Amino acid sequence: MAFGSSRARGPSEQRPWTFYALGTLFGAYLLFLYGPMLVIYVLSFQGPNGGVTFPMVGTSLTWFRDLFKPGQMANIPVSFSRSVELAALVSALTVVFSVSAALGFRRRFPGSGLLFYLAIASLVMPSLLVGFGIGLGFQMLGLPQDLFTSALGAQLTWTLPFGLFAMFAVVNRFNRAYEEAANDLGASAWQRLRYVTLPILAPGIVGVAMGAFTLSYDEYARTTLTIGTRNTLPLEIYALISSATSPTLFAIGTLTTTTSFLLIGVTLVVVFRMQRRRATAAN
Amino acid sequence: MDARFDVELVSVTKRFGNSVAVDAISLRIPRGSYCCLLGPSGCGKTTTLRMIAGHEAVTEGDVLIGGANVTMLPTVRRGTAMMFQSYALFPHLSCLDNVAFSLKMRGIAKAERHRQAREFLALVHLEDYAQRLPSQLSGGQQQRVALARALITKPRVLLLDEPLSALDPFLRIKVREELKRLQRELGISFIHVTHSQDEAMALADLMVVMDHGHIRQAAAPREVFERPVSAFIARFIGGHNVLPTPHGAIAIRADRCQLGTGGDGPHVNGRVAAVEYQGTMVRVALATDAGDEATALVPDAIFYRAPVAPGDAATLVWSDHDAHPLTEA
Repeated sequence: MAFGSSRARGPSEQRPWTFYALGTLFGAYLLFLYGPMLVIYVLSFQGPNGGVTFPMVGTSLTWFRDLFKPGQMANIPVSFSRSVELAALVSALTVVFSVSAALGFRRRFPGSGLLFYLAIASLVMPSLLVGFGIGLGFQMLGLPQDLFTSALGAQLTWTLPFGLFAMFAVVNRFNRAYEEAANDLGASAWQRLRYVTLPILAPGIVGVAMGAFTLSYDEYARTTLTIGTRNTLPLEIYALISSATSPTLFAIGTLTTTTSFLLIGVTLVVVFRMQRRRATAAN
Repeated sequence: MDARFDVELVSVTKRFGNSVAVDAISLRIPRGSYCCLLGPSGCGKTTTLRMIAGHEAVTEGDVLIGGANVTMLPTVRRGTAMMFQSYALFPHLSCLDNVAFSLKMRGIAKAERHRQAREFLALVHLEDYAQRLPSQLSGGQQQRVALARALITKPRVLLLDEPLSALDPFLRIKVREELKRLQRELGISFIHVTHSQDEAMALADLMVVMDHGHIRQAAAPREVFERPVSAFIARFIGGHNVLPTPHGAIAIRADRCQLGTGGDGPHVNGRVAAVEYQGTMVRVALATDAGDEATALVPDAIFYRAPVAPGDAATLVWSDHDAHPLTEA
């Protein structure tokens, strides 16, 4: 890369004007992307007498405290824990199904192509329509719509094809000779999976788990028509936006962002620890 | 149980769909021999090795190991161990745990399996690298770990798939010696797949030359080199001229050919196409008047007494008793 860029710059070492033009464009894009979010984070610390716009009337944690007062606002803490529980379950199921499916798909079988396209077709289906169909189906069958029934199913139509795609990419790079070597060394099918295949695929599996978790955590369109009466966090926030406007909304934004970063941070630390342990074992 | 042979193949065939990869080959590998399967790529040598290991199902025929028919047995119950071309060392396990893997699968306690694994690492002179991960080793070291991992299963037959192809030429010769030493010391059979005739000649007790799914010749390397059965063998193992005569094709070793003047003896006229200095020898390539290619490997001292240059007319001469008739097509 260094070689390529030095060659592109030529002998004068001077960047062409296009570099600055594109750089400015990219800067504008970053501002557009993160500017509004920054505004939200700042305004969430608005003073108790302030409103939803600048100027700031002092600073306070009033709006964060408001969030946790039960009854007054929509029930943010409860919907947050619902979202996390649902996302954890969705993530676990997605990992189990996509890992087994991706391993199974390595062997071509009659109809495997058709099956694959059927499995990923729901990625391109309009999300509202999928949610609507599932909601309608539950109603026709007289089944209760709830968090861990219809909403879970609706979210899986979104995370499973995603997980399958991601695991396909991971499994494609997996050298079959590892499994043959395991056979050769006397491993049973279960031992081979437990001690060879899964550990080697582990980084990819962690990635799929995290991806599925975040997809579920902020899913709206499919969930809204299948959730029943117990809202997840995104639905609760949306309800809040359409009914009331106060800096509480901003406080929610700040809090959920912090949660996401915490989640990513914890995962990175876990992965880093895993690598460290391997490296220490090596010394 | 007839254990004169470590491995017997009885008209073994492998088909992939409509294409035949291995066509009814039969082979007997005597106990404790170093056998090389040699041939150009796509000749079926690796498929044959994988069928012996049980990584590939046999379409027709039988595979016997130590006199017992193992055609239907899973890999682990065949008494073979395989060293993969990519080594296939488990990247998440230390060298010690890689070597101890088969013992762990058999439920042997940690202390015991680590003790044995250390012994086998010592056998390949890697005892100091026990805690390293495979990615922290050089290619040659990785290969030795793979060797230790295969040998710890106490196989009757060790299968090696192009074991030297990933090493640099200097290391290749060192590892080659090491493999031969190990095979002699352990007294088990090694079956070694390679496309390099040098490697096969240096190592093999039994050299099996394959082409298009058939065994073209199976004999000791010296036998194959001195009496190639066909033009294919003579050309593939190299160092031979294949020339047409009224009584059929003959092979003559290039180092038994000289540049000279025709006369009563056998000879062929042509022009010098290329001259290559090779140190102890000078290789003179000729285009014969009949349109064949021929080579003379001339000792340097003799060549420089009467040097030739490309374009010169030249005559290739040899003695009758060096000409070897090629009996097979």
